[in-house]
Amino acid sequence: MFRNQYDTDVTTWSPAGRLFQVEYAMEAVKQGSAAIGLRSKTHIILGCVNKANSELSSHQKKIFKVDDHIGVAIAGLTADGRVLSRYMRNECINYSFTYESPLPVGRLVVQLADKAQVCTQRSWKRPNGVGLLVAGLDESGAHLYYNCPSGNYFEYQAFAIGSRSQAAKTYLERRFENFADSSRDDLVKDALMAIRETLQGETLKSSTCTVAVVGAGEPFHILDQETVQQMIDAFEIVGEQEGSAAAAGQEAAQPGAAVADQGGSTDEGVAPMDI
Amino acid sequence: MHALHLFIFTRRPRPSSSHVFCWKSDVSSSYGSTLRYKNVERMKPIGKHSLLGASGEISDFQEILRYLDELILYDNMWDDGNSLGPKEVHNYLTRVMYNRRNKFNPLWNSLVLGGVKNGQKYLGTVSMIGVNFEDNHVATGFGNHLARPILRQEWHENLSFEDGVRLLEKCMRVLLYRDRSAINKLQIAKITEEGMTISQPYSLKTYWEFSAFENPTQGAVGSW
Repeated sequence: MFRNQYDTDVTTWSPAGRLFQVEYAMEAVKQGSAAIGLRSKTHIILGCVNKANSELSSHQKKIFKVDDHIGVAIAGLTADGRVLSRYMRNECINYSFTYESPLPVGRLVVQLADKAQVCTQRSWKRPNGVGLLVAGLDESGAHLYYNCPSGNYFEYQAFAIGSRSQAAKTYLERRFENFADSSRDDLVKDALMAIRETLQGETLKSSTCTVAVVGAGEPFHILDQETVQQMIDAFEIVGEQEGSAAAAGQEAAQPGAAVADQGGSTDEGVAPMDI
Repeated sequence: MHALHLFIFTRRPRPSSSHVFCWKSDVSSSYGSTLRYKNVERMKPIGKHSLLGASGEISDFQEILRYLDELILYDNMWDDGNSLGPKEVHNYLTRVMYNRRNKFNPLWNSLVLGGVKNGQKYLGTVSMIGVNFEDNHVATGFGNHLARPILRQEWHENLSFEDGVRLLEKCMRVLLYRDRSAINKLQIAKITEEGMTISQPYSLKTYWEFSAFENPTQGAVGSW
């Protein structure tokens, strides 16, 4: 994607029928550190790679609890993600107050998408630079949705967003047919394996990732570091060998994002606000 | 516009174990102390899962029906397989009634809301000041004083539908005898998971030749 004369305004169409500003916003999602989600019939797991500005700082919060039955993982401009999480929490609380019932996930996702669409059709606004993986449980079952800055949303069995997410997606594509009937622990294991794929050779430790669970009888919560480390050890997930093999195949698939990928593990190539 | 309602849970004691509701109300509407309208339906289905019954000001009841109509319409417009069940409608109504009460402009009704959704049964009530609760049997107006004591004695988890109807008719008969704004023309509604039916109005057999009725003031000193 390169600069052209139709990309200054979000409200300017290109002759080919594209809105470049919206597409650039989706690029911002690809620059953020990875977030993955997967679901069975009864549980949904969200996971993300932790990114810290420097060794001295704490890592960015990328997974937010929205309600007991809904959580969200973000990739891209975390500030935008935070604001949207606040909106989601507000919507859930208001619905609960009026109806004493949890807000159906599908409806929250549509509201989010409609909110995003507005930003693609106003000259004084800009699209959100954040992709949202919304995980939620309601009467109709377990759901995982992806909300795009473009205002589109899709439901997934499993998905990954952010930098080096292609590696995770490849792993998930191989395994997703088993997810529907997986146990909760197997799902967490798959989530950790998918996260490891994005780490590109780095060791998977509980300090480099965050995992959250929501399921039948289990309100949304982020697993604490100890539990995650225990699960990593229990499954004997080793970063080195498989990580480098996946990296070789994956570099070829993402030529445009190569610069961002290299900037991912150290912070020189990445702007401070982009996580 | 006084009116009486009785609503109870029953359960069919058959393998299907579907929850069945039994509701009764008379079809009268008064204008002050005049029993003016004798064919007013005070029970209405709401959405797919609930039934609303009201006593009090009928015009306010009609206003509430309009609010609920809009609520259900927007719910259906999502077109996503989710639907508002009796619990949600009950809480929505509680919010509406309480908010109006806070503005010193109440909707002058006592409402009863019940239904079945996904096998879960629900029965609740809201007053004009926003007092709300759920129970196995509820009533409005005089029903609270005359019928509920009977129900407390005789209601139990495993009432069959037929027994439930008989129990309600017993209560309604008492109300007929004792509430001057009641008429002998009532409807019964039946709600199950599959849907609901509201019967045509019918009357109960009454007996007015009790000796106590013939000379009511016999024992009262100073009366004629």
